[in-house]
Order: sequence, then structure tokens, then C-alpha cells
Amino acid sequence: MQPFEKLVTDHGAMVLRVCRATVGPVDAEDAWSETFLAALQAYPSLPADADVVAWLVTIAHRRSVDLLRRRGRAPIPVDPPPSPAGTDRDRAAELALYDALRGLTERQRLCVAYHHLAGLPYREVAALVGGTEAAARRAAADGIRALRRVLAEEGVGA
Amino acid sequence: MNDHETVTADLRLPDGAAGLLDGDPALLERLHAGLVREAAGRHLLDVAYTTVSTPVGRLLVAGTELGLVRVAYEAEGHDRVLELLADRVGPRVLRGSEPVADAVAQLEAYFDGDRRGFDLRLDLRLASGFRRAVVEQLRAIGFGETRSYAEVARATGSPGAVRAVGTACARNPLPVVVPCHRVVRSDGTPGEYVGGPAAKATLLALERG
Repeated sequence: MQPFEKLVTDHGAMVLRVCRATVGPVDAEDAWSETFLAALQAYPSLPADADVVAWLVTIAHRRSVDLLRRRGRAPIPVDPPPSPAGTDRDRAAELALYDALRGLTERQRLCVAYHHLAGLPYREVAALVGGTEAAARRAAADGIRALRRVLAEEGVGA
Repeated sequence: MNDHETVTADLRLPDGAAGLLDGDPALLERLHAGLVREAAGRHLLDVAYTTVSTPVGRLLVAGTELGLVRVAYEAEGHDRVLELLADRVGPRVLRGSEPVADAVAQLEAYFDGDRRGFDLRLDLRLASGFRRAVVEQLRAIGFGETRSYAEVARATGSPGAVRAVGTACARNPLPVVVPCHRVVRSDGTPGEYVGGPAAKATLLALERG
């Protein structure tokens, strides 16, 4: 079995991106920490042939949904800490992206994160968020379309 | 595939959008440190490790809750050693200097010439049977002293096991701390060493002062 450190090294950044997309940059830190702590706890019983990325995203999904439920209808805090290396333009684009993500439905946000950021196939995305594979694909597509529209205005990916 | 899916199949996140979700690089380091702290507090760590720069190269220093479990030279392959630790001790292995801070401080003091012995809890689970008996004998060899392989064999009560003593030294899980470098050939030449002959010479010279 790989030392757990290798999982954190290989997938820590991906899990953080997913959490930032699903619960916002403020709660993402708790979601990341809870995900890797739960993963660490369960790691010895992970089957040798398990898909580690799908496993981590599944744990992150449960944590994120917990956080979102606890937050209830309160708005997702999206005030990201300023990135010291970033330019003002990056910062504006970053805020626009979080704004755009906040405008998506929860389902769209999760489908975008799990497919486009974690790389899970739609079959596995659907298993996490419920519904059919086709519905997950549509939710992600609708989400991406909305994100592209907002980000184009900020000049990202134009 | 219907028309709707044909249209949406080309949709991707815009270039650069995923990068916008990256935290500042120090954030992941901070989250990692928090994970190690939390895991140690909940007794979830099998092994914590760090590396320390010394005159004999970068040493891997690994500990369990019972004590120092492994010191490894770069020549042993730190990644390989960590994989073996995951197999032999447990897979919950994380990089973190806090749990092995005492060992690191004492190793640094030793290489600075400020310390002649180690006062650390040792987890000797990686040395069993005859190798464990040899390790116990090695611990009795004081700073600046040497013994021959034959003398160590006699001390373990197996005078014929000179080669086995050599093997046990080569597989010492805690080189430097358990001083296998103080075992030399009967003719006084240093002999082989897990960290290579140059490292052995460096350690013996350090202890001669």
C-alpha cells in the first residue's frame, strides 16, 4: 500500500479545487481537512485496486454536502483570501468565478466540479449526486455554459 | 447521443478557470500541517517522517507513537523506505517534523559535535530475532569506541555468527542512532556500511574528534 503522504501529494491540490468549487473558498479549508482526515482513518481498509481519485471525491462530496446542509440557506461565503502572487486581474477573475459558481444550482456546481475538476466520468458523478448519467451530463453542461458566459465578460478563456 | 448532448460534448471549463481555484501555494502546506497535527492528536498516524541535512547526506527520520522507528540514508532510497514502512508498520504515513522533532534535534547536535549519545525512545519492531540481539549489543558500544564484527558476535553468544553480525549491521533500521558504524573489521579497517564507506569514515572521524 502506498504511504498516505503520496495521496496528499498527488491529489491534495485537486481535492482543494473541488472543495473550493463546491462549498466556496472559505469553507473549502474545513472540507479539505475533514476529507483527508476521514480518508486517513479509512485508508488501511481501502482495497488495493480501488480508484483513489473516485474514493477521495466521494469522501469530499459527503463532507461538502454536510457543510452545505449545515449552512442551510445562508449564502456561501465567497470572500477568498487575496492571492499574494496574483495580479489584480486574476483577483477580479477569481471573484467573478466564485460569483458565477454561486449562481449555479448546487447540482450543477457538484457536477461541474466532479467531472471537470476531478475528472470523474459522468457515470460516477451520477452515482454521487443521484439521478441518471445523462442528467449529470446535462447539469454539468448547463453549469459550464453559465460559467463561460460570466467568465467571458472577465476575459477568462476568451 | 441526441442533439443536445452533441452540442454540450464540446463544453469545457474555460482555459485558466481551474487555475483560478488553486489556493495560494502556502495554503496547501498549511492544510497539510493541520492534517498532521489533527491526525497525531487522534492517534491516527502509523508513521511520521521528515528529512534532515547532515554531513553524511540527507537522512530520513521516521517515528511511530512508540518512538524512533527508522533512520535511512539517501542511498537506501527514501521513497522505497517509506513504502516498506507502509507495509511493515502501517500505511498511515505522513510527512511531519513535529512528531520526530526530538530525534532531529539530537541528530543535529550529534553532527555538530554537541552530543555523544542519544536519549530517545526507540521502536525496534523492524529488527527481530538475531538482528534484534545485535542491535542491543550495538547500543552498548560507546561514543568513540569500536568493536570488531567477531567481538559483537561473541557478545551475542553466537561467536560463529560473524557474517550474520555483518548482515544485521547492514540492515540496522536505525543507523547513526544505533551505532553500527562503530563495528569495524578485526584488522581495524572500517569495513562496509549501510550509508557507504565514506559515511562510515566521516562518523568515525567525527567521534575521534
